Amino acid sequence: MARTKRGRTALAGYLFLLPNLLGFLAFTLIPVVASLGLSFFEWDLFTPPRFVGVHNFAALLKDHDFWRYAFNTVFLMLTIPVNILGSLFLAMVMNQKLRGIVAFRTMYFLPTIVMGVGTYLLWRWIYNPDYGLINTIITHWLPRWLNDGISRLGVEWPPQWLSSVTWAKPALMFMTFWTVVGGYNMILFLAALQGVSPELYEAADIDGANRWQKFWAVTWPLVSPTTFFVFTMSLIGGLQGGFDQAFVMTRGGPAGATTTISYYIYNHAFAWNHMGYAAAMAWVLFTAVFVATMLNWRFGGRVVHY
Amino acid sequence: MFRKTISYVVLGCVGLFMLFPFLWMFSTSVKPAGEVFKSFDSPIKALVPGEVQWQNYGKVYDATQGMGGGFARWYLNSILVAVVVTLGQVTTSACAAYAFSRLKFPGRDKLFLGYLGTMMIPGAVTMIPNFILMRKITDWLTVAAPFVNWDAPRVISLFGRAYDVGRLVGLDSYFALIVPAMFSAYGTFMLRQFFMSIPRDLEEAATIDGCGLFRIFTTIILPLSKPALATLGIFTFLGNWQSFYWPLIMLTQDSMKTLPLGLLSFMGLYSTQWTLLMAGSVMMILPMIVVFIIGQKWFISGIQLGALKG
Repeated sequence: MARTKRGRTALAGYLFLLPNLLGFLAFTLIPVVASLGLSFFEWDLFTPPRFVGVHNFAALLKDHDFWRYAFNTVFLMLTIPVNILGSLFLAMVMNQKLRGIVAFRTMYFLPTIVMGVGTYLLWRWIYNPDYGLINTIITHWLPRWLNDGISRLGVEWPPQWLSSVTWAKPALMFMTFWTVVGGYNMILFLAALQGVSPELYEAADIDGANRWQKFWAVTWPLVSPTTFFVFTMSLIGGLQGGFDQAFVMTRGGPAGATTTISYYIYNHAFAWNHMGYAAAMAWVLFTAVFVATMLNWRFGGRVVHY
Repeated sequence: MFRKTISYVVLGCVGLFMLFPFLWMFSTSVKPAGEVFKSFDSPIKALVPGEVQWQNYGKVYDATQGMGGGFARWYLNSILVAVVVTLGQVTTSACAAYAFSRLKFPGRDKLFLGYLGTMMIPGAVTMIPNFILMRKITDWLTVAAPFVNWDAPRVISLFGRAYDVGRLVGLDSYFALIVPAMFSAYGTFMLRQFFMSIPRDLEEAATIDGCGLFRIFTTIILPLSKPALATLGIFTFLGNWQSFYWPLIMLTQDSMKTLPLGLLSFMGLYSTQWTLLMAGSVMMILPMIVVFIIGQKWFISGIQLGALKG
């Protein structure tokens, strides 16, 4: 085979691919198939696996905790539109001939770069009910009448944040906003805005459009492919998200208020050794991600202008 | 003029919002331990340390000494894992991308589609079988090759001191931390897209001069792809420096932990020592900030490259 030039090229091709392909097979492709198989078994890693058919999936449908945590996952994803609009707004402010834009961009990107256990610990401290930054601000910078007014409405105020069933989710959502608003999405919007031809705005000026009309008639349609892309990616990320932060900051509590599907999978797989049930749940999550992406392409595609 | 001023005010306020938590992190990290638990009548007063105690940073080191070597060891582990994974991922991705973009072989396009298809699969799907593999691999290897003690944690001596380096493979091993992370469909995809954009003229000229495929790869493709390789390298390094989920399920020994996990067990013991926890966090994120600022140019263009082509 290696006699001809084409044969040599093919052989070289396989050799160049080989290291990566071995890793891909061992740690991605075979595990994907294995976890699908595993989802039809019951296995605690100590006794031999037992075939149970679709029992895991049936049990999942009736698992109230699962649905509760699915609700939590979706609830935490409600920040996605806010985050995206925030990123678009920042990109629009930055898309001008201003000095020092790179410095601002770096500053805004920092939370995304360092996101992880360090920032989760930081926010745990920021949300400390007694000595944290946020409650210090609330008690001393907000006017008294406002604080009194809010507590009179029967809202827990100042909030206990991460240890409060009511406030734990909003606390995580606000932290997510801080983390991602100046990150990848903003950079992508900035690139999209830089690609918009200034002539379009000039034409709109001649037609006497005000700023608001220019936004809806020019900017919004022209960045819509980017909006669509970042929305799809956020959706995919959001459905699988929530484990790291909850593990470090709340352990999924209080009373399961911040447990997401990915956290529930972790618990079943790695805390309780329910390998089959966890694999079934991971596949359900995969299906949800797949369906959400497809629906998004199917219906979201309509509002995209190319 | 007015519009510019407004823009600067907006940008500045947002900048403060982004930096405020970091200021709080840093100021907490140099406060005397007792000062953290005082109530202040203004957030600004709470932010300025009454007395700067740099020794908090040393205390992190001292307080964790008993935890399998502690902070210094976790730092070394993080550097080792992030650097080796980055080198490995860039190498294997570049080789595979070269094969996918330049060399014709049967089944190439189907394989590439297979790579693309797996990029959407949630980590949890592959994580479970991979965990089982690492958990069971020592048992399987003991049956296959009983002359090696696969289960024993190893100790090496360096400069007269003994260091725990975990098992050869399986749970609590550098193998488990590093090897599965060395292969990336995403990196392969990104580099392939970049290689496709390199004109083929140079390679054709080199072939006429008698250059082999390997020499073309090392002397033409790789040098021309430095920006893309740097981008992938920075992404991989930053991603692995902070990686949490996989090390969390792979590690039980303190001495094998990477920084995020070490810090987490430190928190388990000193949950109210916010000065030390913040000092540890500052030390953990500092290298990321440095790498990001140095590699920013590549990083930003890499984000755009990935999204435009994806």
